[in-house]
Amino acid sequence: MQSGLGDLDELYQEVLLDHYRNPRNTDRLEEPASEVDAVNPFCGDEIHMQLGMDGERVAKISVSGQGCSISQATGSLLTEIVEGKTPDEARALRELFRGLMMGEDLTDDQLDELEDSVALQGVRRFPVRIKCALLSWSALSDALDKVAPAG
Amino acid sequence: MASGAPLDVQRIRADFPILSRQVNGHTLTYLDNAATSQKPTQVIQSLVDYYERYNSNVHRGVHTLSIEATEAYEDARGKVQRFINAPSPESIIWTRNTSESLNLVAYTWAEANVGAGDEIVTTAMEHHSDIVPWQQLAYRKGATLKIIRETETGRLDMEQAAEFITERTKIVAATHMSNVLGTVNDVKALADAVHRVGGVMLVDGAQSVPHMPVDVQALDCDFMAFSAHKMLGPTGIGVLYGKPEILEVMPPWMFGGDMILEVTFEDASWNDLPYRFEAGTPNIADAIATGAAVDYLAELGMDRVWAHEQQITAYALDKFKDLNGITLLGPREVEDKGAVISFSHDSVHSHDLGTALDQLGIAIRTGHHCAMPLVRSHGIISAARASFYIYNTEAEVDILVDGLNEAEEYFSKAGIL
Ligand SMILES: Cc1ncc(COP(=O)(O)O)c(C=O)c1O
Repeated sequence: MQSGLGDLDELYQEVLLDHYRNPRNTDRLEEPASEVDAVNPFCGDEIHMQLGMDGERVAKISVSGQGCSISQATGSLLTEIVEGKTPDEARALRELFRGLMMGEDLTDDQLDELEDSVALQGVRRFPVRIKCALLSWSALSDALDKVAPAG
Repeated sequence: MASGAPLDVQRIRADFPILSRQVNGHTLTYLDNAATSQKPTQVIQSLVDYYERYNSNVHRGVHTLSIEATEAYEDARGKVQRFINAPSPESIIWTRNTSESLNLVAYTWAEANVGAGDEIVTTAMEHHSDIVPWQQLAYRKGATLKIIRETETGRLDMEQAAEFITERTKIVAATHMSNVLGTVNDVKALADAVHRVGGVMLVDGAQSVPHMPVDVQALDCDFMAFSAHKMLGPTGIGVLYGKPEILEVMPPWMFGGDMILEVTFEDASWNDLPYRFEAGTPNIADAIATGAAVDYLAELGMDRVWAHEQQITAYALDKFKDLNGITLLGPREVEDKGAVISFSHDSVHSHDLGTALDQLGIAIRTGHHCAMPLVRSHGIISAARASFYIYNTEAEVDILVDGLNEAEEYFSKAGIL
């Protein structure tokens, strides 16, 4: 059996490519409530994340960095669902996303909560790339801990 | 075997069971040899033989198995000694890998001989294993670390080296061959320079010993470090060569069985070389298998190994010229360049390239190659690397190039070019 690159389509979903080509929410915040640099020591990929808070909620989030399509697109996709959430809600999203990567069965409602980030489901079939997808989410977790320590 | 005749690559390939493995529906194309090499049946079999026939501790028993194990273990040391033309078996110390060998020098010789205000000289081409121990030593001692830069053509700036090596220099630590650029450095010239000022020369031979004839006496280096796993041998074993007169006065760093001569409850005296630096039960099986790996390479002849790799590198460099969007790191010509080709793509990240090639059964390395400062100095954070060995063919270079073209087409359709 000879296969070409067709299987890659599962990894490189159109939504992901779109976010890689045109990352959202990259503008740096003037006065971030919290700021984190995350590096994947295995590959050197970098994510710079800033959070702006409005009371209890994440009002603004900025993500920029350097690295592969998966790590960078995940960062961009993440901003779209985290904005407006409380730290605990954002942490719950992170758990859902981790579940998605680890191959857990999520309910339809849970998948809905992740919105376009569900497009990263295909990463599961490429286990070494899972860490690329988790980089931004672990940056988020660190950034959240700075504004509201986990209970 | 006629020296000078090209390697019989098809015959060599038959010795490597893994090369017939299927990966994602394709026969494996293994181009990650700078990370670790594959192992021939002869090496695998020597491990099996040891465990099936004479597994036993060394230097301890008077029984037959122990005598056989000790003989085989010391025999392997002798093979390594002859392989790099070291003056005596005592100058070969078994370690876990190159990293441990380098750390051994940093924690023993350098700990005793480098002080505040002294200088350590290394290069911009080093693996993290040959940078971080020196940074840490410099912090501990208040010494200064100087880094010889890379020229625009991917060579070591020997003029800067001459400037940096001064009366204050205690040690020069340099790689013989860069694991990223493939550059072969003139470590003999560095050794001469540091000897003129009374310092010592440490060579990281992790990439040179597996691929070219290496003669530590001709290079006149004081230390050389390398790993068996990159030269057909098993993982978990490496070598530190040291000039006997230096090892003789170097303090030990790990204490325990085998490294002592006499122990009382109050004190201990140290065993002879090389055992002084080999505390505890050593990695017997892997040392013996390293001997088998060295036999295999010696039988081929290292001049022929080098010639084969020069040929394949020249072929690959030529083929790479026609690729779109690819920038090579390091020398573009094969002179003084080993079989390592690192490259970056203008718009496709090396991981995405690596994943695509893996779909085609092609194994390359991607990332920072444990040389973050070097890769970053090229304005990128990650590169792809193909590295070749005795079993690789020009046909495999073609497979790589076709794969890169296919990936280019895929990512171009995906709109990320
Ligand atoms: C030039 C160089 N030095 C040191 C090392 C470290 O070798 P090891 O991981 O076997 O300690 C490597 C291996 O990647 C290398 O290429």
